[in-house]
Amino acid sequence: MNSDFLIQALVFIGAAIVFVPIAKKLKLSSVLGYLIAGIIIGPFVLGLVGGEGSDIMHAAEFGVVLMLFLIGLELDPKKFWEMRKAITGMGTMQMAGTSVLLFFIFMAIGWSWQTSVAVALAFSMSSTAIVLQTLKEKQLLRTSAGESSFSVLLFQDIAVIPILALLPLLETAGLKNSGVTGGSLFAGQPAWLQILIILLAVISILIAGKFLAVPFLRFVSRAGLRELFTASSLFIVIGVAALMQLVGLSPALGTFVAGVVLANSEFRHELESDIDPFKGLLLGLFFLSVGSTINFDLIISDPEFIITIALVVIALKFAVLFAIGKFFKLSQDQNFLFAFGLSQIGEFAFVLLSFSNQINIIDKELNSKLLSIVAITMTITPLLLLVNEKLIDPYFGTKTLEDEDEMDIIDTKHKVIIAGFGHFGSTIGRLLRANKIEATILDNDSDRVSLLRKMGFKVYYGDATRLDLLSSAGADEAKLLIAAIDSPEVNLELIRMVKKHFPNLKIMARARNRYDAYELIETGVQHIYRETLYTAVNLGIDALTELGFRKYTARKQGLNFIKYDERALQKLADSRHDTKEYIINVKEEIEMQEQILQNDLQQNLESTDISWDSERVKEELGIKE
Amino acid sequence: MLNKILVIFAHPLLEKSRINRVLLRRYSKHENISFHDLYEAYPDFNVDVKFEKELLLNHEIIILHHPIYWYSCPPMLKQWIDLVLEAGWAHGPGGNALKDKKLLQIVTTGGPKFSYSEEGSNRFTLREYLLPFEQTARLCKMAYLPPFVVHGTHRLSNAEITEFSNQLGGLIGYISLKDFDQEDLSGYHYFNDILFKGDNHEQ
Repeated sequence: MNSDFLIQALVFIGAAIVFVPIAKKLKLSSVLGYLIAGIIIGPFVLGLVGGEGSDIMHAAEFGVVLMLFLIGLELDPKKFWEMRKAITGMGTMQMAGTSVLLFFIFMAIGWSWQTSVAVALAFSMSSTAIVLQTLKEKQLLRTSAGESSFSVLLFQDIAVIPILALLPLLETAGLKNSGVTGGSLFAGQPAWLQILIILLAVISILIAGKFLAVPFLRFVSRAGLRELFTASSLFIVIGVAALMQLVGLSPALGTFVAGVVLANSEFRHELESDIDPFKGLLLGLFFLSVGSTINFDLIISDPEFIITIALVVIALKFAVLFAIGKFFKLSQDQNFLFAFGLSQIGEFAFVLLSFSNQINIIDKELNSKLLSIVAITMTITPLLLLVNEKLIDPYFGTKTLEDEDEMDIIDTKHKVIIAGFGHFGSTIGRLLRANKIEATILDNDSDRVSLLRKMGFKVYYGDATRLDLLSSAGADEAKLLIAAIDSPEVNLELIRMVKKHFPNLKIMARARNRYDAYELIETGVQHIYRETLYTAVNLGIDALTELGFRKYTARKQGLNFIKYDERALQKLADSRHDTKEYIINVKEEIEMQEQILQNDLQQNLESTDISWDSERVKEELGIKE
Repeated sequence: MLNKILVIFAHPLLEKSRINRVLLRRYSKHENISFHDLYEAYPDFNVDVKFEKELLLNHEIIILHHPIYWYSCPPMLKQWIDLVLEAGWAHGPGGNALKDKKLLQIVTTGGPKFSYSEEGSNRFTLREYLLPFEQTARLCKMAYLPPFVVHGTHRLSNAEITEFSNQLGGLIGYISLKDFDQEDLSGYHYFNDILFKGDNHEQ
């Protein structure tokens, strides 16, 4: 490891940790923070990093690949299938509309038709990295604008492949320079074979994901080593990406499909939380390098050309997107978000432009200018979204009416997390499911998880006491956490952690007995359920019935007993605190039992339902027989 | 100072009742109203009598808000009446705890207004069916105000629901005033009739 590398890493990471928090503090998206940090450390401000920006960018593009894997993970195949119309419909309209219009503009300013076609296609791309990262940060991915944006981006990602295959056909005669795409099985094949290769690749990922990756992960998870699981996650993603590159397809597409396949598996949340930090770092690096490659010398040498083209392209992309949004009936505020969001030129343009340059469709000078234009539009996007949010959205924001909103009292969509799915947790899960509530279930016994999944439960493998796993299971947005882990110690650990990191999440906790309950009371949990209370009281109620009590009376007494016992528990927990003694020894346990029994005798458990008691009523009304 | 109002609400299937969900929203807009949902408080019918008595003592106007099922209130409210209005406390010798408080019923019926008449399918007026409640109030030495009624809930349009909600707003404004004269109300069949007169006291 040479020191150059370390220093460079230091500069990149240092810039990120200075500027991203500032951007966040100013309520800007982190993407803008990274881009600005990139510009500042780049050759034209501080010059801390030189021309290696584009090399780093190649490595950093892997962040985009990881991101698509994660997006795939969050999108199960059913959902993906539902979106197919949006993907093909919106996607084709956007690509075709934008590139045709751009083509005429470029022809009009006197470029050759080949150059115009190549640049128009490259410029019709939008930035998956910027748009999805920004939408995710603002929690807008699930909105209709978010889903439309995703559809268009996915279509573009896929479209890159045929475009790369078609560009060489534009090659002007005389400058034949093949071999650029050498090493790939893909280029140079006839069209029908290329389509066949794509289909085969996707199908093999589907099959391998289901029949290879899942059993493989199950095998690894049994070893119980966390870092091994992280390594396996990376292995799968990098493996798919490498395979796709080998056959000449988009690694992003491949990992996305792999993600979709694994979305239905029990390892979804575990994979998510393992890959997420890598994605975050690499994407950050990607934005940094985009910032650092903006060539200000070029801009200064010909500012009119670069700025005009950049603005025209943004305006045109915006107009096309806005028209598509109208056609697909997006509401006004969603449409603005959609059109502004995708109005920049994306990272695939770097790839397409460089390729076009290599095969001599675009000359070198123009190419550098175009690259600057791409970087500028990417930098402007977060600013445009800010303008949209602050200035435009307030005018068009169509919030749903209060009345209609309240009609949906019950949330059925993953607002509950059940930790621990043994006999206790699974009973809760069944009751919820019988009422059409799908909970997110976490359990760290991989054999039990696969058994329960066969029975149709959505259970995820993982250690619920891991902070990152809870986050990816949605602990931030969830309403309820049901802590039902078999081991009281682990359960307590989970509750302490949730209390600390997700203070808004309501906890319902399982306790074996009074002693567990005391510990839980100390953590501040309000809802504690003792296994030994409710079942025992129910048995007691039936015992009273067997002995001749009327059932309704026995039941009332049982309910009153529970109420009284909950109160007594709280009281004893407080007094126990005074002694500062946490370990309960046998003697104390007996003392405690004694105290409880004493209290029972003093408590008047007599029914308060005196209105039905004719003796009492007669007494009150002064009636004498 | 406004009158302190207690709403005792009983509906076994609120989530399916359009009109009641809209009406309930009215209560949360007023600070002098305490809202008490019996089916939420006592899903197992185990009424906490002591707590309920305290609650009653702390308010001047008691509203019983419930749908009409089989010419009466839902069983939870009957349970509540049975258990809370104790002899020697609410009625009988020395039972003066509720004396001079006011009782108002807010009820919804599926049947339209004309069905509650001599010629209609229910053969008696709604006021006749509510006589047991009126008499309960009397026995507890409370004043019984004319009931607020929403008839024909099966066929209410959204506009009509809004209209009833506005009427309820007017009612709340009216009875919140300390100096409202219950003699003014005595001639009316339903509280709605007073509100229709245009005497709208909503704030």
